[in-house]
Amino acid sequence: MAQHVAQPTATTPALPAKLPIGAIVPWAVFFGILMLVLLYFVGAEQGATSVVSGSDVHEWVHDARHLLGFPCH
Amino acid sequence: MNSATVRNLLVRGMLAGLAAGVLALVVAYFLGEPNVDKAIGFEDAHSHEHEMEIVSRSLQSTAGLATGVLIYGVAFGGIAALAFCFALGRVGRFSPRATALLLSGCALLAVYVVPFLKYPANPPAVGNPDTIGKRTTLYFLMMVLSVLLAVAATILGKRLAPSLGTWYATVVALAAFALVIGLAYAFLPVINEVPADFPATVLWRFRLSALAIQITLWGGFGLAFGELAERVLNPKPARVPAGTAVAAPR
Repeated sequence: MAQHVAQPTATTPALPAKLPIGAIVPWAVFFGILMLVLLYFVGAEQGATSVVSGSDVHEWVHDARHLLGFPCH
Repeated sequence: MNSATVRNLLVRGMLAGLAAGVLALVVAYFLGEPNVDKAIGFEDAHSHEHEMEIVSRSLQSTAGLATGVLIYGVAFGGIAALAFCFALGRVGRFSPRATALLLSGCALLAVYVVPFLKYPANPPAVGNPDTIGKRTTLYFLMMVLSVLLAVAATILGKRLAPSLGTWYATVVALAAFALVIGLAYAFLPVINEVPADFPATVLWRFRLSALAIQITLWGGFGLAFGELAERVLNPKPARVPAGTAVAAPR
């Protein structure tokens, strides 16, 4: 935690190695979309739009939707 | 090692998100649910038609709440871990642990607080069912706008840093972010659908509890994921006591 003391010598923390963009993008695209689909089902399904008919999903996550800040009904 | 590193970080991000979700669930249950119940009490007292209960209240406030909060935690944990992979070593001279906490703080602001200040969380009984489409669109628009602007402000800050220095570049980037968000606040439509006699204290406490849930979630995530990421990226014993680390070059 003594890193805020600016010293140009060896105590300056090394810049962490960057992860190459090419290694991140495949994961980011696939899992990014998957995570967004999950968020859609928690946050908006059977509210403004519906993929599954009925209101079971909406009713099941009802309290979470209100408390997580999504418009519910 | 690089693609495997991304995978390891992603898995740990989702696990840290799950753990943070458990903490947030505790806050949601103990601070949030009492206000949801009061709001539903208001709703029942003011509406004559009784809707059929598809999922009972006791399930909604326990298993249903847990499902929603935990999935939310895992999903944002995964997204934040991927954002961390991009940010590490690119946003500045921060260790993995510090990068993780910085990123969660920014995510709390961009994903939640900025949209919340324009379109705050509403308890049951607040909100006209006929406008759900408009409210959902505006909320997600505000969220996407805020996240994109936060990314843009970060890139702007990095571009300006060589000429202005880190301090002033950060100030300019933050000011630009605040200015554009302010314009969005000013020009996006206002939504106020609070019933005239809805108790103000219930609304205030509900919104505070909603904010507390997010602070818990992102704070917990930043700390937990930072620990895990540090171990993935610096697998050697990271905690050498200060006095003994003198001779060892890294």
